[in-house]
Amino acid sequence: MHEWALAEAVVVKAAEVARERGIASVREVVIALGELQDVDRLAFEQGLSIVQQDAPELANARFAFETDLARCACRPCGHAWELRDSVAALPEDERESIHLLPEVVHLYVTCPSCASPDFAIIGGRGVSLVAIHG
Amino acid sequence: MDPRPAVVARRLGGVRRVVAVTGGKGGIGKTSVAVGLALSLQDEGARVGLLDLDLWGPSDHVVLGGPRPRFREDGGLVPDLVAGLAFMSIASIVGERPALLRGEDISNAILELLAVTVWGELDVLVVDMPPGFGDTLLDAARYLPRAEYVVVTTPSELTLVTTRKMLELLRRLELPVLGVVENLRRDGDAGSRGAPADARAAGGEPRHLGTILYDEGYEACLGDPERLRGTAFFRDVRAIAIALGAGRA
Repeated sequence: MHEWALAEAVVVKAAEVARERGIASVREVVIALGELQDVDRLAFEQGLSIVQQDAPELANARFAFETDLARCACRPCGHAWELRDSVAALPEDERESIHLLPEVVHLYVTCPSCASPDFAIIGGRGVSLVAIHG
Repeated sequence: MDPRPAVVARRLGGVRRVVAVTGGKGGIGKTSVAVGLALSLQDEGARVGLLDLDLWGPSDHVVLGGPRPRFREDGGLVPDLVAGLAFMSIASIVGERPALLRGEDISNAILELLAVTVWGELDVLVVDMPPGFGDTLLDAARYLPRAEYVVVTTPSELTLVTTRKMLELLRRLELPVLGVVENLRRDGDAGSRGAPADARAAGGEPRHLGTILYDEGYEACLGDPERLRGTAFFRDVRAIAIALGAGRA
């Protein structure tokens, strides 16, 4: 699963931030999961639990999750909308492509108001680190 | 906070050298040179990866031929071997669908590919850069700090004017330039009576890695690496690959 690679990125970044802040033992890491990437939560958590053992600062950390709504805004007409329904209606192979590389949503989705493919992803793209607590 | 940049260096940890093939203009043969270098280095015994970062117009897979390139998921995206090269491209994910992406999306997609692609142990990763000076060059400077640049040019003044700018930008970004490759040279081209065109473009400073003569037979061999290896084009590229000295350690 490529969720493992994303989990590793989170752990490496969180450990880096912990060192910068002088946190020897992180208690909690808060992670936002962007709807657009639609990571497999179970696989992602499994990846985190294993990779964290390689980062002494995170060895005892728990992970908390937030959901980041996938939103976009059309550049030509200004219409803003949530991507969830647009993506859910796509064939599985196209959803899988978006899962792997969220930007390719531009290949498959257009603005529901003016049909332009020229829109900005303004939220919920992928995995992000929200906070770490010592 | 975006966690992806933190893991890029780790993904490339098993890669001994990163060689980025770039140039100021489209249509000057960067893709052919990049693929040719990758295959030549493989012939020299190196373990080679090829990353097509031209997200608007990926075409390395067209040169290599075969079925749509894919990958397997194992701790990330592990590229399939295509003609013996570990190969990754946006075409591996979306096939031939055209990608209408703005610069910000291109940057995000490149970062994602660099963060999740598992290259393993390689002697050389050849990166086929898109034409021009925009986001991708800045992204490469940021995320591929170990990359060494091969700048492709042609004898045309229209190319040379942008080649000079590319070399100046690489210098300002403090990115190492391995040298300049003159591609698509024909007998009688300007420069053939004096200094090589690439040396003129560079003010004589960067190393002249070699000249690749225009090869009428090249096009007919696209998609067939074995036939490509028999072309005059490939003979010229192989000499450049040897000059790079980027083979197996």
